[in-house]
Amino acid sequence: MMPAIKIKGLGHWFGNGDLRRQILFDLDLAIAPGEIVILTGPSGSGKTTLLTLIGALRAVEQGSLRLFGRELHGASDDDRIALRRRIGFIFQQHNLLGFLSARQNVEMALELDPALQASERRDLATVMLAKVGLGERLDHLPSKLSGGQKQRVAVARALVGNPDLVLADEPTASLDKVTGHEVATLIERLARERGASILLVTHDPRILGIADRIVAMEDGRIVDAAENRQD
Amino acid sequence: MRPVWLASRLAWRQLTHQPTRLASAVAGVVFASLLVFMQLGFHDALFDSATSTARAIRGDIIVFSRQSETTSRTSGLPRARLMQALADPDVTNVTPVYLGQVIWKNPETAVRRSIMVLGADPDSGVFALDGVSVAAERLRQRDTLLFDIQSRPEYGPIGERVARGATTVEVANRTTEVVGLFRLGASFAADGNLLTSDVNFHRLVRDRTPDMLDVGAVFLKAGANIGQVQARLQQLLPDDVRVMTRDEFIASERAYWANSAAIGFIFLFGVGMGLIVGFVIVYQILFTDVANHLSEYATLKAMGYTDQYLLAVVFSEALMLAVLGFLPGLAFSWWLFGVSAEATFLPMLLRPDMAAFVFALIFAMCAASGAVAVRKLRDANPADMF
Ligand SMILES: Nc1ncnc2c1ncn2[C@@H]1O[C@H](COP(=O)(O)OP(=O)(O)O)[C@@H](O)[C@H]1O
Ligand SMILES: [Mg+2]
Repeated sequence: MMPAIKIKGLGHWFGNGDLRRQILFDLDLAIAPGEIVILTGPSGSGKTTLLTLIGALRAVEQGSLRLFGRELHGASDDDRIALRRRIGFIFQQHNLLGFLSARQNVEMALELDPALQASERRDLATVMLAKVGLGERLDHLPSKLSGGQKQRVAVARALVGNPDLVLADEPTASLDKVTGHEVATLIERLARERGASILLVTHDPRILGIADRIVAMEDGRIVDAAENRQD
Repeated sequence: MRPVWLASRLAWRQLTHQPTRLASAVAGVVFASLLVFMQLGFHDALFDSATSTARAIRGDIIVFSRQSETTSRTSGLPRARLMQALADPDVTNVTPVYLGQVIWKNPETAVRRSIMVLGADPDSGVFALDGVSVAAERLRQRDTLLFDIQSRPEYGPIGERVARGATTVEVANRTTEVVGLFRLGASFAADGNLLTSDVNFHRLVRDRTPDMLDVGAVFLKAGANIGQVQARLQQLLPDDVRVMTRDEFIASERAYWANSAAIGFIFLFGVGMGLIVGFVIVYQILFTDVANHLSEYATLKAMGYTDQYLLAVVFSEALMLAVLGFLPGLAFSWWLFGVSAEATFLPMLLRPDMAAFVFALIFAMCAASGAVAVRKLRDANPADMF
């Protein structure tokens, strides 16, 4: 089966002139469809940079990065925007639109799909919010929700469009332990239901258990790619 | 079409989320609309009234001394010049028009004040004014005149007095009778107007002889080609006179005030100030909307929303503000035009073409604010979101 992500010899630099510095070195990584991978490593090791490259948010400079079989090295802006629509992003901050209700925020992920009618978007968003436990809070504005509830809305928004891949960067970092664990298992459960791959960056040891595989980075290199020992 | 609708719905939701902010943005646009309307209103009113004397004179072709710049300060034109025009086969008739200033005594307060007086043969029909034709016969009598009821009130409540039958007034130290009323309106050069026969004119304005007229009105045969007759008269008459169509005459009168009095610039300046104030207010609102929501906009970009979609959101907000602010601005201006017309006796008219023009300006103002504010969208980089 074709991997969801296939990376070969990926390198990346930041800065210009004298300040130009290599951040990622010769990375190789493959993630299968439906596979759940956790990326760990010390701060500054390049995890976020790797995630933004995979998410087609940055242009690939060196090496090959194939996303759903499409080469991202040299891809046009339009191609990258189209590919992003197949990815669900979950950020450290929820980044919900403050002037939209929970349901309207989730619907934003569906409005990009011209095949969906307004009523279908509404129903899908309603069902998704019920699945993340917010069936009673559909019309609440983000300011009326707790931190954990807001992050669950963000999870619903990332997953409602049935993405092939979920990219999450420290999604539990702004939450307390219990809430963080709830949100992480929610992401796992919903992604498994849909057969979506997950690449999730975290420092939080309590949520490593959701992974099929843990990949560790250090100084821009992958140092240890092992099956999850807890399995 | 669908993305545009969804983008404008998003814009609407963002705008209406904070009603007080929306209200202040709308107030800014209302204010800008109002300023622009008032400036244009006064501009048009002043120019309309500045040309009112010229517009009061009928005639297919106007003969005017080359030394005269405006009807309010004429150098006389020899009557013989005008009579020469009769030589043209298409000219049926010519009428000398006399213009002058005389002293009017307010019959209630006895305060004296200068007033414009127009004189011409009452049977010539040269004055294009309401009320004149009915009074033609009476103007043939000695020391009779018509009073412009749109004159400033300083001349006294002449309309009321005439209705009561108190028609005697003192003009140029002569006892005269107001035998009727007409409508012309105050102008730059005259706070009020009188109209009388050529004979009575010379009784009032003693230092002028009938040989020197101010404006010559030339009437042509029905169906005559005005341009051709004009060209022939230009040939025929010496260079010390200008031969103009009536429209050219009005335009030259307007141009005199626009250029020599720098009035056009003053109003342009006012319109510009209104638009700048509106621009700044709308820009502030749109800019802070973008700046305060950069991470949300970046998130939308990460989700696959295009830059064009987000541009459409900001522009929709701009255009909604334009409409929301313009409509109350229009209503408010309508009311203020009425108030101003009463206070200034200027013909303040809010015509549909003016409303359309102001809407275009306000629309452009809001679009420009949007265009500047969206530059901030470039800072919404989804790669910096993680
Ligand atoms: N936009 C950027 N410009 C310049 N340097 C950057 C930028 N983003 C990250 N870096 C640098 O790249 C390195 C890796 O950062 P990052 O990918 O955020 O690591 P991690 O997510 O593992 O903490 C760090 O040294 C960081 O300072
Ligand atoms: Mg990071």
